[in-house]
Amino acid sequence: MNFIWAFLILISFVFGALNGKLDDVVNSILSGAESSITIAINICGVMVFWLGIMKIAEKSGIAEKISKVLRPFAKVLFKDASNNENAISNIAMNFSANALGLSNAATPMGIKAMEELQKINKDKSSASDSMCMLLAMNTAGFQLIPATVIAVLASVGFNNPTQIIVPTLLVTSFAFVTAIITAKIMQKFFPPQSETEVQ
Amino acid sequence: MVVLRQIIDIISLLALPAIILSILLYAIYKKIPVYETFVEGAKEGIDVTLKIIPYLTAIIVAVAMFRASGALDTISYLFTNIFDKFNIPSDILPLAIIRSLSGSAALGVFSDIAQNNPVDSYVVKLGAIMLGSSETTFYVLAVYFGSVGIKKYRYALLTGIIADIAGIIGAVIIANVFFL
Repeated sequence: MNFIWAFLILISFVFGALNGKLDDVVNSILSGAESSITIAINICGVMVFWLGIMKIAEKSGIAEKISKVLRPFAKVLFKDASNNENAISNIAMNFSANALGLSNAATPMGIKAMEELQKINKDKSSASDSMCMLLAMNTAGFQLIPATVIAVLASVGFNNPTQIIVPTLLVTSFAFVTAIITAKIMQKFFPPQSETEVQ
Repeated sequence: MVVLRQIIDIISLLALPAIILSILLYAIYKKIPVYETFVEGAKEGIDVTLKIIPYLTAIIVAVAMFRASGALDTISYLFTNIFDKFNIPSDILPLAIIRSLSGSAALGVFSDIAQNNPVDSYVVKLGAIMLGSSETTFYVLAVYFGSVGIKKYRYALLTGIIADIAGIIGAVIIANVFFL
């Protein structure tokens, strides 16, 4: 991430200068910083609401019930977290919300799941296998209906935009399965986390 | 297909209300003080948002700079020949790169493609599949890991990139099968 971030910024200055767009690049720093706060504020409201609802789910014991049903699946994908009901129920809801295209709702669920996974993480500064699996599921972005894309197609007068649903579903499933298998294989090849002191 | 879409639309509409209602009703049945419990949990939401802001700003500014620099067009131009060999329209390359970086930027690039090409053309369909099957890998990594202070991503980034490449290749193959 250090490399990619620095690379993006350096390459932007180089190409900006070559293309004579250096002023655009400088302006984009200001507008980008501004829009990041706008996005954070948008997330904040949903985040506050969702964590409130999840606290209720946790206290009433419904989170535990949901996770019990899902435990067989969780054991395969999230070995070290399969006993943590808050993690498993949030992972399940995060996946469902993503699949339904409710990405604003999915982010707080995913972050809540990350917090639960961090509680049982051996090394608090590095990603556990379960975290990597959750990220693999999220970065692959499995979605049943690409609603935004259909909206764009409809706006340019595309004939029958729903014809892209099935091909997109095939591709998104393929990418999703690839992500999970890759994460599973990588678990074996990457050096395991080292134990650190529990703070 | 239209029926499938309608069914999923209805599920999407009802999913959140159903989840929230069942959590609430079950808690009331269990005699949990729902209002106090909600407020207690909701307080944490502000902390979490504050924690992710630096990560959010870092990634969004870098991507905004990258877009503004015109680097995408230059890189795409360099790859035109290779892409022609595989029957991939070169218009699609900026989309293939940007979709891992920023969702709104990818949507912008795709809207351009859709407006500047004939309706129902192959490149529009390929772009639609590519965009519809993607998620912004770097944004997700930055926000999720940032929220809990993870510094070493281990293989998460590599897995995300491999899945992205699989998605791009998959989109090209499927678009060839369905639409060429």
